This record gives sequence, C-alpha cells and structure tokens, in this order.
Amino acid sequence: MNSVGEGCTDLKREYDQCFNRWFAEKFLKGDRSGDPCTETFRKYQHCVQKAIKEKDIPIDGVEFMGPNKDKPES
Amino acid sequence: MVKYFSNSTDIRSTWDHVVSAFWQRYPNPFSTHVLTEDVVYREVTADHRLLSRRLLTKTNRLPRWAERFFPSGMSRSVYIIEDSIVDPVTRSLTTYTWNLNHTTLMSVEERCVFQESGEQPASTQLKREAWISSSVYGFSRPIQEFGLARFKSNQVKAMKGLEYALSNLHGMYTAAAVKGEKCKGKVEKGLLGPRPTS
Repeated sequence: MNSVGEGCTDLKREYDQCFNRWFAEKFLKGDRSGDPCTETFRKYQHCVQKAIKEKDIPIDGVEFMGPNKDKPES
Repeated sequence: MVKYFSNSTDIRSTWDHVVSAFWQRYPNPFSTHVLTEDVVYREVTADHRLLSRRLLTKTNRLPRWAERFFPSGMSRSVYIIEDSIVDPVTRSLTTYTWNLNHTTLMSVEERCVFQESGEQPASTQLKREAWISSSVYGFSRPIQEFGLARFKSNQVKAMKGLEYALSNLHGMYTAAAVKGEKCKGKVEKGLLGPRPTS
C-alpha cells in the first residue's frame, strides 16, 4: 500500500513490518518490554508529516476520536 | 437530518487474528478505491491500550447527477481519519472513522467495535454503526440516500477485505506450524546437526 507521501512508501513498509511483528508477538501477549520500532517510526513520521503539510491535509489539531464524543454509547 | 445505520455480525476468527488482520487489510482485491494508507500517530497508554490514528485517501466515486455539486477545482480524493483503540485486557477493538473533507457534500462517520465473543469460541462479534448527513441545500435527502447505499456497499467490500487479510494470516500461521512440525521431526532424527550444548 502506498503512503500519501510518494517518497515515504519504503519507510512506511519497513515500519509496518516491524509493527506487525511486535503487535502479534509482544503487544497482544501482554509483553510490555520496549518497542523495537521507535526508530523506524520516527523516520517514517518525519517523511509523512512533511508530505501532509505540503499537501495541506487538514489533520492538525483534530481531536482523537473527536466526533465520537457526541454519540451515544455503543 | 442524519441517517443512522447499524448492524452486527460474527466473524469466525479469534479476536487476536482479527485485530492483527485489521492492520494488514490494505491492499486487498476489494479496496481499489483506497489510494493511500498511513499511520500518523501511535501510543501505548499506561494501562496498555494501543491508540492509533491512520490517514487514508480514497477516490470519491459519485453518480453523474451528483458531480454537478463538485466544482472542477476541488480535489477528487477524500481524506479519511481512522482512530482506534486496541484493549487487550477487555479484548475489544474500537474504531472511529470519518471524512475530513467534502463534509458539506456528505459527512460519513462510522464506529466499529470488534469484541471477542464470550459465547462462541474462536469468534469475534462486530457491531458497526454509521451516521450519514449532507448539508447541500435542497438535495440533502437524495445525497444521504446515495451515501447510505454506497456505505452499505463499501461495508460488504470492507468485510471481504478483512476476510482476505485473515485468510492470508491463517495461511502464514499454517505454513509456520507445518514447518515447525517438520523441523521438530528432523531434530528428533538428528538431521539438523547436534544440539548445541550451551
């Protein structure tokens, strides 16, 4: 799958591979030892956040799960 | 005026598999309308929940009659945010998805809760809800109807996409299990060399 930043796709794939492995083998099993993906995530984010700004994608300041606040409980 | 939609379904996979597949469902044969996917925020909270935000861009396929509401200068892509919380203690994944742009034309918000099934083993319950609204003067009702119809059709694709990712994962796990069995047999027969003593 491509990144919104054309030059970020390789970094994205590297991060995704690291995350998927950590998620299944550590996170879901309750293993709270360190996250091995912080470095790849940092590189990927540096690239993608730049692309988001360049494309004027209005993601800044959008509250986490914002619209969920005014909805009744599931 | 807002159109509300909800349904529930059972997915015949364990919650662990469903949640892992959730991250890996793009691309899939049913998601040609999804152009890009990016994780833009991620955090493990002190109580061990995983918060994530994904940014997706999708094509915005409209019927001809609706295209007139689209000034030619406007971007054709739709930007979508998907926020999610994975809670491995309560065995639930909650997602909230909504579009950032083209909101006057149509706003679609969707909430999904994937919950490990207490009743059926190796099964996950999915409850899906959506809120669809349009603010286009004089046309909000047909646009909302169109929006709801497209949403339902997209949910069928989304489920097929998730099932596709799940079957890929199962394939990987099965292959690994088979390989493990083969290696075990070889070790017992001494075919993989002497066992290290340290």
